[in-house]
Parts: sequence; C-alpha cells; structure tokens
Amino acid sequence: MTSPLEQKKIKIAGPSIVTANRTWDGIVVYRTATKSWSADLSEAAIVRNSDEAKALLAESVADDVGAIGPYIAPVQVGADGKIEPGNLREQIRRTGVTIGQSAQA
Amino acid sequence: MYAYDEIDRTLVNERVSEFRDQVKRRLSGELTEDEFKILRLQNGVYLQLHAYMFRVAIPYGTLATNQLRALAHVARKYDRGYGHFTTRQNIQFNWIKLAELPDALEDLAKVGIHAMQTSGNNMRNVTSDQWAGVAPGEIEDPRIWSELIRQHTTLHPEFSFLPRKFKIAITASDHDRAAIKIHDIGLRLIKNEKGETGFEVLVGGGLGRTPFIAKTIKHFVHGRDILSYIEAILRVYNQYGRRDNIYKARIKILVHELGIEKFSREVEEEWQHIRNSSLQIDDEVIEDIRSRFTYPSYEKLPLMPDELRQAAADPDFEAWRKNSVAPHKVQGYSIVTISLKPIGAPPGDATAEQMDALADLADKYSFGEIRVGHEQNLALPHVAKRDLPALWKALDKLGLATPNVNLITDIIACPGLDYCSLANARSIPIAQELTRRFANHELANLIGRLHINISGCINACGHHHVGHIGILGVEKNGEEVYQITIGGRADENATLGTLIGPGVKFDEVADVIEDVVEAYLALRERPEELFMDTVKRLGVEPFKERVYATR
Repeated sequence: MTSPLEQKKIKIAGPSIVTANRTWDGIVVYRTATKSWSADLSEAAIVRNSDEAKALLAESVADDVGAIGPYIAPVQVGADGKIEPGNLREQIRRTGVTIGQSAQA
Repeated sequence: MYAYDEIDRTLVNERVSEFRDQVKRRLSGELTEDEFKILRLQNGVYLQLHAYMFRVAIPYGTLATNQLRALAHVARKYDRGYGHFTTRQNIQFNWIKLAELPDALEDLAKVGIHAMQTSGNNMRNVTSDQWAGVAPGEIEDPRIWSELIRQHTTLHPEFSFLPRKFKIAITASDHDRAAIKIHDIGLRLIKNEKGETGFEVLVGGGLGRTPFIAKTIKHFVHGRDILSYIEAILRVYNQYGRRDNIYKARIKILVHELGIEKFSREVEEEWQHIRNSSLQIDDEVIEDIRSRFTYPSYEKLPLMPDELRQAAADPDFEAWRKNSVAPHKVQGYSIVTISLKPIGAPPGDATAEQMDALADLADKYSFGEIRVGHEQNLALPHVAKRDLPALWKALDKLGLATPNVNLITDIIACPGLDYCSLANARSIPIAQELTRRFANHELANLIGRLHINISGCINACGHHHVGHIGILGVEKNGEEVYQITIGGRADENATLGTLIGPGVKFDEVADVIEDVVEAYLALRERPEELFMDTVKRLGVEPFKERVYATR
C-alpha cells in the first residue's frame, strides 16, 4: 500500500494498469487500450513489463485534461480474464471506503 | 461572533471569482495540472483516493449558525451529505467535483466562509481554544489576537511561498486546549508584572515524521509587538528553512538543527529591524477587532436551576452532563461539548441533517454560536443551565449525545487509507472497532480520561505521537501494521509517546489496546490515578510486558 506518491521507479512485478482521477469530477478512472479513460476496471489496459508500463503511463500523463495524477498500480488477472485490484489501496479506490456508513452513498 | 468588514467580504468574493476563472481554464486545458495544482491547493482543494477533497477553514473554531447551515448545504448539494471535522478547526468534504467547486465556494462566501490557505506552503488557519471567550479563568479572549494574525497573514505575499506549511495556535488559559506545543508557533497569552497583555512564544513544535515539542523562544512579547515578532520568526524561517527536502522543510527541523539559542538570536536580530515599524500594533487596532466580536447578553441566572436539579435524577442525563458539560465564566451558564464520536461511527463526521439541526439548537440555546475543537468535537459555548435537560434530549434524538467526551471512545483519527492518498493504513475502522470494544459506558467511565489518537501514516494528522495511547498505521510487506505508543499528551504538559514494541496486524489492534487498558486498571494505585499518571509513574515496561508476553 505504499503511496504512489512515494514511487521512485517503475517496477512491474506482475500485471499492472494505469489509474488516475478524472479531472472534472475526480472519480477513479483507468486507462484503456483505446487511449481513453474508463471508470470500469474491467476495461483497463493491462501491461506486463516495464517498457509497456512506461509507454502507457507516458500516454496517460499526456492526457492532462482527461485525468490527473496517473500512476501504475498492480492488478490480478484471473484465469477467466477478470481483473481485480492488486492491493488494499486499489481495492478501496475501486469499491469505496470500508467504514460502512453514509460515505458509501 | 466576529463580524467581517467590507474588506474581508470583498477579498472573499474576489477570491471566488478568481478561482472560478482558474477552474474554467483548467477544465478547458488552458492550464495544465502542474500549473493549476498550486492554485487549487491555495484554495483548499486536494486530490484524494476517490475524488477531490475540499477543506474549509473555521478560523479559531468559531461558527455562526448561518455558517453551519451553509456547510450543511455544501454537504448536501455538492457532496454526499456529510462533512468531516479535522484536528485543526477545518471541515473537509470528501467527494466534491472540481467543476462545481466555484459554486460551492460562492455559496460559502455569502456567509463569510472560505478555504484560503487551508493547504499549501503558507500560513494555515490560525487555531485557538474552542472555549475562547467563555472559559473561566481565561486571561482574555484569544480570538482577538487570532483574528489579528489571520488578517495580517492572509495572502501575505512574503509568506505565501514558505519552505513548507506553517501553523499557529493560541491559548489564553492555563489548561491548553489548543495544543500549542505541537504547532510551528504556539502562543500562550499572559500578563506581565505590569498587567500588560503579551505572549509566551513557543516555536518549532510539530508531529509528522520527525516530532518535536515546541520550545519557548521568548517568555514575554508585548501584545503590540506580536506581529513583528511572528514576522521575524517567519523571515528567519523563510531565509534558512530547507526547500531541497520536503521531509526537512518544516521550521521544527530548522530550530532543531540550529538549536533554540542560535535560532533565537537570529530572530532577535531580525526583530530589532522591524520592531518599531508599521508592524507595531496600535491599541485602536486591537480595540477595533475587539469591538467586532459580539458577546451574548447573559441573564442573571441561578447557579443550580430547578430544571437541572430535577434532571439529575435521570442517570442517562447525568452520565452525559458529567462528561459533556463544563463550567462557564458566567454564573448559570455552561459550555456543552457535543461528541462527534458515536459508537461505531467515523470520528468527526457530521451529516447535513445533524449540522442543520445543531444550528437550530444553537439558535435556541447558545446565542447562535457553535465552536469546533481540535479533538474533532463541536461545542455550544453559551448554554443556560436551565436548558441543559431540553438540549440533551434534542441532541440525543440527533445521535449527538454520546456521553464519551474525554473518555476512551472519544477517539481522534485521521481519514486514513479509506480516503487519503498519502495513507498507508486505515484509521477509521480501527477507531470504530475500539469504540465498540469500549462501548459500555460504565467501563469507559471506570477507565476515566484516556485519549486514543490514530494516524494512517507517518504524517500524523491523527496526532498519534501525543495520544495517551497512540496508534500509527504503516505498511509492511503489503500489509497494514500498527505501532502502539503510550504516554503522549497534547496539553500544557505536552509529551511524545513511547513505542511499546513491534507493530501488530489490523485484526490485533483492538486486542492490544484492551491489554494496555487492562494493565492500567490492574496497575493504577487508586481509581483517581489517570492512565497518564500510571504511565508516568511506571514507564512503558509493565504495559509492554502485558501486551507482548503472549504474542
């Protein structure tokens, strides 16, 4: 759960995606293979090595109007191709706070 | 209450227009995020995990009812129906849309609220005692001086780009409720032997990665010289503070590295250059600010009204009264602390409905005034004792009468990994579980005064270093791990807590805290010996032994 703000180098230990927050409203979005953003993790482009990750991140950073603060985050890809967040931080970003009150609304 | 003048109103309105234009240019792509970031931060807009977070200032913790209703309106119209009161007399909204922020700011500006300097490397919201102006024994209302400093430092060009953020807190009572010793500058209002008002000035306090308790830099600075003295400190900091390393940029590091004596000499030298300048404050300026604070027309009321005597037969009322009601400087009145720590709920949150209803109650029972404390609770500062039973019933209906102020379930917690982009671990669920473990009021009362503070990362927004029990969430091998400290405190005897041993996992934290509390109950010499006193008497070893003997 190390904050991406503390990431110094791009290291890929497994399948990863690029995520950010949409500029106009701040919601969590994922970079897609069609060079756009989606709020649906299942539509995220998967990268599997550092070069792919760097390229996807560079492309995401260039889209400064669409989304802000892009970074690489780990995911798990099931045998059926289903994408799940790779750590608690990303799980919380995807499914919301874990505190079970009005914040979930 | 303080009544803003035309200059303040113009400033706030112009700021909204300016920010509206900046947001428009950002959304059109005319401004990049790099260019826009500093602008949004100067208006209290962060980017957090799920969305933008909007932090609004509540200067010296004083709110009028129309201002609280405006905050409820923002929560309802632009957010998800609730707000989160922070440890520095601010309120945060967690789900705000950038495109709607100018409208939210405009709505707040109508009642004199803004978000200027609630973020960024500048002078943050000047905080004070939430009981200011009503606490018995107070030297004088510290908000007058807080307001003077607020006016002087708002958009001050020389201090808008400091090496790092800068926080000032002021107290005027012997018992420090403003936590001045963990601020960049702490001011303790005092009188000298001639009866003149002035300040003991402390500098270099702060928590975070490298915590320090502030040191006294000058034992007495006359009130008329306080702006020039603060300015001298800021100038020395601005000149020598580090800008190459964010972790070493706060003034506490500079004071530590130079040593308080050398730092003090630098400040003194600078001060002599500017002391007898326009920064010297005329009495008329102070009197003008003083005149803009309005105080209630208190009635002459009995010390013990019949209503209160009768209500004392109700044990639930008495449980609430004993923990929530404090003496007022005027006979027949009380200060009522409103716990924002219901059992099982996130500390410091209030819904729009609660805020609206509380505003109605403040109009009815507290001369239209609400206070916000750094402990993430609210207060009604002027409640007639005869009204306490009726107020309690009304608060209870709103879920705002939890009788746990200053008890173990009155937990201070940062938003943690549930909201914050800097966090490594969750704070709120830990707080929720602890409140459930100690939900029994008789048990909490038996334990007595005990403050738990929780932070979800080393930045320490939950002030864990100064919690009687401090809990710090870190990340280890991809898991949340929590370090426990005991013996900290944030008051006039501020001390940093001591680590009791290796970190424990998320699921173990509540068990460990139960062990610490059980150890305390077994070790204390008498029921009146508070947790802090037992730790001071025995040190951390007996607690460490209890916690780790079986782990």
